[in-house]
Amino acid sequence: MEWLNPIVQGTLLGGLYALFAAGLSLIFGVMRLVNIAHGDLIVLAAYLGLTVTTATGMHPMAALVIVVPAMALIGYALQRGLLNQTLGDDILPPLLVTFGVSVIIQNGLLEVYTADPQTLNAGALETASVAVGGVTLGILPLLTFGIAIAVIWGLQWTFYHTSLGRAFRAVSDNQDIAQLMGLNRRHIFGLAMALALGVTAVAGILLGIRTSFDPSIGGGRLIFGFEAVIIGGLGNLWGTLIGGVILGVAQTIGAKIDPGWQVLAGHIAFLVILAVRPNGLFPRVSG
Amino acid sequence: MTTILRLQELSKAFGALTVADAMSYEVQQGEALGVIGPNGAGKTSMFNLITGTLKSNSGVIEFSGQNVTKWSAAKRSHAGIARSFQVPQPFSGMTVFENAMIAATQSAGMHGHQAENFCLEILDQTELLPKANVLAGSLTLLERKRLELTRALCAKPKLLLLDEIAGGLTEAECKSLVQTIKDIHASGVTIIWIEHVVHALLAVVDRLIVIDFGKKIAEGEPQAIMESAEVKEIYLGIEADA
Ligand SMILES: Nc1ncnc2c1ncn2[C@@H]1O[C@H](COP(=O)(O)OP(=O)(O)OP(=O)(O)O)[C@@H](O)[C@H]1O
Ligand SMILES: [Mg+2]
Repeated sequence: MEWLNPIVQGTLLGGLYALFAAGLSLIFGVMRLVNIAHGDLIVLAAYLGLTVTTATGMHPMAALVIVVPAMALIGYALQRGLLNQTLGDDILPPLLVTFGVSVIIQNGLLEVYTADPQTLNAGALETASVAVGGVTLGILPLLTFGIAIAVIWGLQWTFYHTSLGRAFRAVSDNQDIAQLMGLNRRHIFGLAMALALGVTAVAGILLGIRTSFDPSIGGGRLIFGFEAVIIGGLGNLWGTLIGGVILGVAQTIGAKIDPGWQVLAGHIAFLVILAVRPNGLFPRVSG
Repeated sequence: MTTILRLQELSKAFGALTVADAMSYEVQQGEALGVIGPNGAGKTSMFNLITGTLKSNSGVIEFSGQNVTKWSAAKRSHAGIARSFQVPQPFSGMTVFENAMIAATQSAGMHGHQAENFCLEILDQTELLPKANVLAGSLTLLERKRLELTRALCAKPKLLLLDEIAGGLTEAECKSLVQTIKDIHASGVTIIWIEHVVHALLAVVDRLIVIDFGKKIAEGEPQAIMESAEVKEIYLGIEADA
């Protein structure tokens, strides 16, 4: 019973990490782009949520109606205006450019919002809980986990049951042939980034409700996202969810042993899995 | 007769290697044109130039009366140019049906059930229907060649470019493929077919051009071309490895 609580809390935390990771995974899957700015985009979404809630008095969850499309738009513009130009045989340019984007977002946020920590005020949602068995479950973590499952299911469904998803997979499979079949690679990549940043918006708002944030925390979220993706196996979204859960559980168990070990325990779990299964637990079998 | 494709003085070189040397010819609507020539002559490169994956150094490509020389591959595909690859290049992580659907929805711009039914019809025609839900990566060579043809047909092409689609097939497989291509031609699709398997080619095409070192060295009625002196030399070379 003593260990049940951290395991359950860690599992729920894993939902948030999976949401950090899903956009990263999607972008890598479709265009082999490693987006270093991903964590900062999550933080940007949290700040957009802050602006919308303070300007309109909306609940942060309701603010998703504005923040998700806004981030999607930013994603499409970022991809078509900048990132598409960096994609080619060399993997270095996109790394450097997204690193640059990361620096720009951080400094932009500092300029506009200062370095003061902020939170999104979600009222009763922040503290509400239910007792199940001997464990007290926060409504917010439960909701986050539920949303993570819904988002991953939705992405999965989009990939395998829609025309857009087919286009994503075709471009990911062979860009040159896809273009011969009339697909506009640049547009498809734009849509993929829009979708990824839509998911990022959800992650950012939930992060902002859960903890305080400031412009500098993006890097840490990027690492958690990466670790979840790699533990689960590249290109496998359900694997990403499991990766997030493993990371979350490792962290809460680490924190239980010693509060200072939370983050470290997550990294250790990641390194152990990487050492044992370099391709992650559930790598996508390539055809 | 209307001209569907016109190449004017089309040239392309990779450094010192010329793969298209002031190439000019016309293809009429509904015609089936055969292309032969030795290995490395520039036949596949010519298809790459026509589909837009390769940009010419000079010259003009006109398709359906429009100058498409500067058009992207995607735009030419929308306009009605489709091809099969000498080395099959399916989307290997997708099913046969999905491969077909990409062409039908993206290239031909069809939607929903209309696209699905169209793909099923084509798969039936190309005898791949039983494999519709199999991953393209797991197909045999003949099936991959048929998938190349399927995908090209699902794009509803006005001009179909076939690159050595009969190569590497058994006699029986080749025969049934030739029949399929005849049917496609009979339905009104203009075809340019590169083929080393000359008897298969001659069973379908109305006219033949011969390419060597990126140059068109002969053009005309297939039998006459096959019997001309300069072609006999190349033809014998081809026959040896076909
Ligand atoms: N992208 C490229 N860069 C450099 N050289 C190339 C490129 N593509 C083709 N070549 C060369 O151009 C020449 C013509 O190639 P191409 O594939 O057009 O020949 P082909 O007539 O189709 O031959 P085959 O009958 O063997 O298929 C070959 O020597 C080939 O190596
Ligand atoms: Mg060739």
